[in-house]
Amino acid sequence: MPSYVITEKCDGCKAQDKTACQYICPNDLMALNRDTMKAWNQETEQCWECYNCVKICPQQAIEVRAYQDFAPMGANVIPMRGTDSIMWTVKFRNGILKRFKFPIRTTAEGSVDPYKGKPEADFAKLKQVGFFTTTKPMPVIKK
Amino acid sequence: MEKETCTFSFCQKPAVEEIETDLLLIGGGMACCGAAFEGARWANPKKIQIVMVDKAATDRSGAVAMGLSAINTYCGENDPADYVKYVRNDLMGITREDLVYDLGRHVDDSVHLFEEWGLPIWKMGDDGFSLDGFQAKEAGKTMLKDGGKPVRSGKWQIMINGESYKVIVAEAAKKALETNRAATGIKTNHYERVFIVKLYHDAKDPKRVAAAAGFSVRENKIYIFKAKAMVLAAGGAVNVFRPRSTQEGQGRAWYPVWNSGSGYALGMQAGAELTMMENRFVPARFKDGYGPVGAWFLFFKAKATNSLGEDYCMNPEYLAEAKAKYGKYVDVLGTAIRNHLMMKDMKAGKGPILMNTHHAMDAINKSFTEKLGEKEGKKKVKHLEAEAWEDFLDMCIGQAGLWASKNIEPDKTPSEIMPTEPYLLGSHAGCAGFWCCGPEDLGAPEEWNKKWPGGSYNRMSTVPGLFMCGDICGASGHKFSSGSHAEGRIAAKNAIAYILDHPDYKPTIKETADQISAELYLPFEVYEKYKTYTTDTATNPNYIKPKMLQTRLQKISDEYFGGIGTWYMTSKTMLDEGLKQLDMLKEDTSKMAAGNLHELMRCWENYHRILSVEAHARHIMFREESRYPGYYYRGDFDLVDDVNWKCFVNSKYDQDKNTWIVKKVPYVQLVP
Repeated sequence: MPSYVITEKCDGCKAQDKTACQYICPNDLMALNRDTMKAWNQETEQCWECYNCVKICPQQAIEVRAYQDFAPMGANVIPMRGTDSIMWTVKFRNGILKRFKFPIRTTAEGSVDPYKGKPEADFAKLKQVGFFTTTKPMPVIKK
Repeated sequence: MEKETCTFSFCQKPAVEEIETDLLLIGGGMACCGAAFEGARWANPKKIQIVMVDKAATDRSGAVAMGLSAINTYCGENDPADYVKYVRNDLMGITREDLVYDLGRHVDDSVHLFEEWGLPIWKMGDDGFSLDGFQAKEAGKTMLKDGGKPVRSGKWQIMINGESYKVIVAEAAKKALETNRAATGIKTNHYERVFIVKLYHDAKDPKRVAAAAGFSVRENKIYIFKAKAMVLAAGGAVNVFRPRSTQEGQGRAWYPVWNSGSGYALGMQAGAELTMMENRFVPARFKDGYGPVGAWFLFFKAKATNSLGEDYCMNPEYLAEAKAKYGKYVDVLGTAIRNHLMMKDMKAGKGPILMNTHHAMDAINKSFTEKLGEKEGKKKVKHLEAEAWEDFLDMCIGQAGLWASKNIEPDKTPSEIMPTEPYLLGSHAGCAGFWCCGPEDLGAPEEWNKKWPGGSYNRMSTVPGLFMCGDICGASGHKFSSGSHAEGRIAAKNAIAYILDHPDYKPTIKETADQISAELYLPFEVYEKYKTYTTDTATNPNYIKPKMLQTRLQKISDEYFGGIGTWYMTSKTMLDEGLKQLDMLKEDTSKMAAGNLHELMRCWENYHRILSVEAHARHIMFREESRYPGYYYRGDFDLVDDVNWKCFVNSKYDQDKNTWIVKKVPYVQLVP
């Protein structure tokens, strides 16, 4: 299911410092056409359908259409990702609609404080097994 | 054939940035995120610098970029020794039990952190039904670290709402890198969209690795990172065999399509010893969409059958035949053997093989109505149906799309399953990777720890200063996402110890920045030199574009090294011929051509794929048995031969001489 960009909706992320889809694509597929200032998927046969471009697009200009070498036409799957949950609309070829909502995180975005309440590294234990967070002795294989 | 060289007579010379640092993390997936988190805590008080370099954006890079619906390794109430037994069984008897046990005893701490950072984890409700991460929080359910009870889909697996799994883990890693900047005063230590192509040996100590070079995929710029130690976690190899899909669908690889074998190739070029590269993974997944089947098998208790409704894992004739060839391994019905039995039915024309989702849903419907009555039972079934869809929407959205495209409602229609094309990896249900140092306290041979060349540092490869984790630490599969994070932490902690033990070391390399630029930008030079010779830049007798390079590799792998085209069958004669073809492909890489930075990355990614496949083929050739029936077969040795081959196969590649040393290393059982 390669992603595609809807011409009318894409504004080339003019108002942002970088194009969102181009920034996020794990496979470097999204490119910006400097003449039209519209984004496009430059290598659709390398698209994993991870939907990260779809989820991040501030204009909701990106969707996915099924890989035509094995999928019949007419269905679509559309996400709306919020800060704590995601909504999915799954439309079948025969018109059936399914809607789902799932949690995505239980904390506020950007609120992770990785070392809060964690011990300092104890260098006396650097050569032992266990992490800096480890407080109990590590088990070993019982013979 | 004359080799091309780059003198920048045709293409533009890039800017070069040289960065000298202490610990370099190559990769940005789960393993390197773990390395950043653990590493920075040990590094900061000693003012040791940590730099992470990722070919994508760390929020969504690596194998967890899309998300996951389960964490497959969480020990909880289980003994890590039982985890070793499970991994050993699934990997046909041969694993590094010290590394596997070590992973098992460390992994839970990472899972506890994920929950603290905000990953929603399902909990068991008071009524015995599952609560999602939000419901569990609202119901005041205890966190895992305090003894909370997760929802298990199998003995080792727990269910999560994991759409943002990687975003959350990356946030912690990025914050950890931020603390390292504050502690050391360096301005930048997180490079995104920089693709590492090659590692370089130290000029004074050629055994040791001293630098990594790569390029920006956004601007004409080469980066040379010199470091005192490195943690390498650049992933397994995908799209190395001809895929079942023919065009667009090639992107729908089961494993992440951007895992291009860089982890293997970078370590091989540095001279690190490989282990178990003959191993591969051929998952049986929903056909074409490659959606996960684990939850359907384990959580919904669905059964897979042939089209006549028969369970191929119960066919007495198949079992007797398999037992005669593959012995006791057939009894435990590991993943490879189940594939083998499935293919027997497929070859007998009894396909398509079906996952009977409708029967599973029927049974659930009936049991819920009996237990809870009509109304409440229906409500729970609806919740369960959403859970089934979430399994896809969290980690394989394309499969949800394919079901919608084919009007498949799982409660009404069964779905076809199929063994995929082969994949090379070491963190999922495979164990191809590097030979690494293990912990000293588990009774393993001293050659695996105390007597390690370069010193005893857990997860260090045979190249001093080069640590491996995630998909490329070998002979220790079934780490999955959580285990990769934990292994990254183990590797980083030991890399810090290594740096502190070698305070006077200063990395130097003999190659100049100009030489490195010319090497990395060769595909640009070739393209610019010849592009006007023909009227279409795609077809030119003077070069090969990355797409055709990949296609040729896939065809060779498929036809000679046991891909789908031969039902995973190969032999010495086939391997010999394939390796000849591969050698010419390798020669042709001096004529790779790139028209832009994106293609330059694709060129080098495919070069990494070629090296990974060569290691795979040479290992299969050396091991004269069929250790993984269902994944690949040696037609000339179609048996599991424990007398001669219950051992590791290790190898070392010498890039300068283009030669290989392959050898047996004894297997040692540590867990009774």
